[in-house]
Amino acid sequence: MDPLLLSRLQFAANISFHILFPMITIALGWVLLFFKLRYNRTGDDKWMNAYRLWVKVFALSFALGVVSGITMSFQFGTNWPGFMETVGNIAGPLLAYEVLTAFFLEATFLGIMLFGFKRVSNRVHTLATVLVAVGTTLSAFWILALNSWMHTPAGFEMRDGVAHATDWLAIVFNPSFVYRLTHTMIASFLTVAFLIAGLSAYRWLRGDRTPAVAAALKVGVYLAAVLTPTQVLVGDLHGLNTLEHQPAKIAAMEGLWETQNGAPLVLFGLPDAETQSNRFAVEIPKLASLILTHELDGEVKGIDAFEDAHPPVAMVFWSFRIMVGIGLLMLLVSWLGAYALKRRGEIGPRLGRVLVWMSFSGWVAVLSGWYTTEIGRQPYLVHGVLRTADAVTSVPPLSIGITLVAYLTTYVVLVGAYVSVVFYLARQAGRSETKRSEPTALGPPVLPLATREPGRA
Amino acid sequence: MPELVPDLTQPAGWLPLAFMIVMGLSILAYVILDGYDLGVGILLEAAGDGQKDRMIASIGPFWDANETWLVLGVGILLVAFPTAHGIVLGELYLPVALMLIGLTLRGVAFDFRVKAGARFKRGWDRAFFVGSLLASLAQGYMLGLVVIGFEADMPGLLFAAFIGVCLASGYALLGATWLIIKTTGELQLRAVAWAKRSMALLGVGIAAVSLATPLVSERIFHKWFDFENLIVLWPMPVITALLFFIVWRSLSRLPHRLAQNNDYGDWVPFGATVGIFMLAFHGLAYSLFPYLVIERLTIWEAAAAPESLMIIFVGAVIVLPTIVGYSVFAYRVFRGKATDLEYY
Repeated sequence: MDPLLLSRLQFAANISFHILFPMITIALGWVLLFFKLRYNRTGDDKWMNAYRLWVKVFALSFALGVVSGITMSFQFGTNWPGFMETVGNIAGPLLAYEVLTAFFLEATFLGIMLFGFKRVSNRVHTLATVLVAVGTTLSAFWILALNSWMHTPAGFEMRDGVAHATDWLAIVFNPSFVYRLTHTMIASFLTVAFLIAGLSAYRWLRGDRTPAVAAALKVGVYLAAVLTPTQVLVGDLHGLNTLEHQPAKIAAMEGLWETQNGAPLVLFGLPDAETQSNRFAVEIPKLASLILTHELDGEVKGIDAFEDAHPPVAMVFWSFRIMVGIGLLMLLVSWLGAYALKRRGEIGPRLGRVLVWMSFSGWVAVLSGWYTTEIGRQPYLVHGVLRTADAVTSVPPLSIGITLVAYLTTYVVLVGAYVSVVFYLARQAGRSETKRSEPTALGPPVLPLATREPGRA
Repeated sequence: MPELVPDLTQPAGWLPLAFMIVMGLSILAYVILDGYDLGVGILLEAAGDGQKDRMIASIGPFWDANETWLVLGVGILLVAFPTAHGIVLGELYLPVALMLIGLTLRGVAFDFRVKAGARFKRGWDRAFFVGSLLASLAQGYMLGLVVIGFEADMPGLLFAAFIGVCLASGYALLGATWLIIKTTGELQLRAVAWAKRSMALLGVGIAAVSLATPLVSERIFHKWFDFENLIVLWPMPVITALLFFIVWRSLSRLPHRLAQNNDYGDWVPFGATVGIFMLAFHGLAYSLFPYLVIERLTIWEAAAAPESLMIIFVGAVIVLPTIVGYSVFAYRVFRGKATDLEYY
């Protein structure tokens, strides 16, 4: 088989597996800090109980993120030697800063955050929680700076076929960086919001009515209700930025084969690369032009404008639709949930089941969004600078094939184990909290008053 | 013969040297730090069920940060010496993949073993052991291949595989001596016995590497055995032998002392083993220098552009001491005997 395809598959498998876990830890770090601060403030046990469950999910996600991240650091070189040879002078420092400023910070203070509660003061423990959250976010900052630079390279010059940095600020804050960082950060918070809401709904459906469940459910649903519309807005801005810098990607996302004025919005269709058209297309006239150019008759470039330098249409087209579809579903469910919580104080069994099913919907949206943007950059590895085919390894295809199967098997088993363990932890948490609260039934509870204050979530 | 060492007053001269030192120290830090927790993983299979939790607890707060040194070491190879990264990791493609799968297994098993249901615990413990062993064997195998310049004929592969076993044994020694510091009672005594058993293979492995390198390269032979060099270098093997003796003597005495509830000197075996690893590492570094790929590629030939190296160098000078600082802080927080891991 073709080493290029195998290398791409292997790298895609690794990065898809990897991204699942940072998407949880980045936002969950801050949510844990929120739980911790609420507990410090109110002394209410429900926040500590929520913290106890979610810190376990955090530790598990973090471990999976670390080990898959180590794999990534090797595969940059093993699978794409041409990447570092051509743009190593740009990518190197960004990666180095990620390791230096983020990895050690989060890994070291994670130990204290997880296991140091009885060994350090509460203040130091809270500080460790802050530093872990800062570390995960810094890590996202650097890696997205590099990723954005691969989409919209800036601040460099080519000398003898090798990129040399000329302006580091322009490299880091390249044209798509702020949009991508915001979009990804919100995606992480949405992933976590739906995971928390889903797992809390799961416990609630199992009859677990402990205050920690209600509190976590509220945090998840309200967070999602606020962030989903924000994400729609940010996603739109990100799309306009892409139109400016990578119009071929937009053409593929919209399924537009021909450049035209007053381009329709293709809601559905089967893009066919042979005939350069969509079969069974359902279209709304002129809407794509209106969305992208804010004019009914604005010109939108189609695939035909880019000769051979355009991505495969069908995959980009479909992953984009899956992402948007989940986004709209998230909007509907989170608003219904918020409305139900506001009106009746609980979500009800039907919405509860929907939330359980949507526990990992963030992952699907993140992956499809990721595929949209990454496949949308093809045939380039670095847009306009380096083609993917020119960066690939010369390792024999058989070696890549064997290791690909080994990695895939490992990843499938681990994702399965992860999902089932997360639900198992939720069931366990229900049991242990009920047990823990039993003794208080003998005497008056010590600190419940703080929770009765009106208006406090 | 071309000039190996360029003008060191120029950034293009001293920056690669500085990065080689930082990379070397990261790899050394990795070998010692992750070495002891990989070692504990290798020994896990030999322990009783009740002892496994305590063994894992002794490495729980540290293993994550320990593995980060590998990312830094490989990261510097990647960003500072991109050409060498391509060659070295291309040659080591399969063992690297094995190591990564091993590290993945043990990293996640650490969490899964206590978070999945009780009936899965034994399976995850097994995964922790297999992963640790696989990663250690793969690392030793890679060391073997690096030493013989990737000469992948049959004797070469056998040599590399043998070094794999020796390094795993060396990690087991680090792990066992770490457990002597961090545990008490029966487990501590067992750790003493494990440590004694792991010593021999580490010694043989160091001897094998020391003999192989001068045989592979005439240049390395002269570096060690020319008279004026030998006069300066002879203490290295002698001190290494002395450290082995110290470990052995301390391990022989510890059971009696521990029986009288006397912890005095429980850190000596670990400390001396760390010393052995440091000396062996420096010996190897001395042999290889200035080559990154033995007799093929020097650090200057492999280095990235000086202006990019300078950007990283400035960051590293500021951040690395901070990292060392808070790592020391973390080790201080968890000093003393390991207690059960609790999330609150």
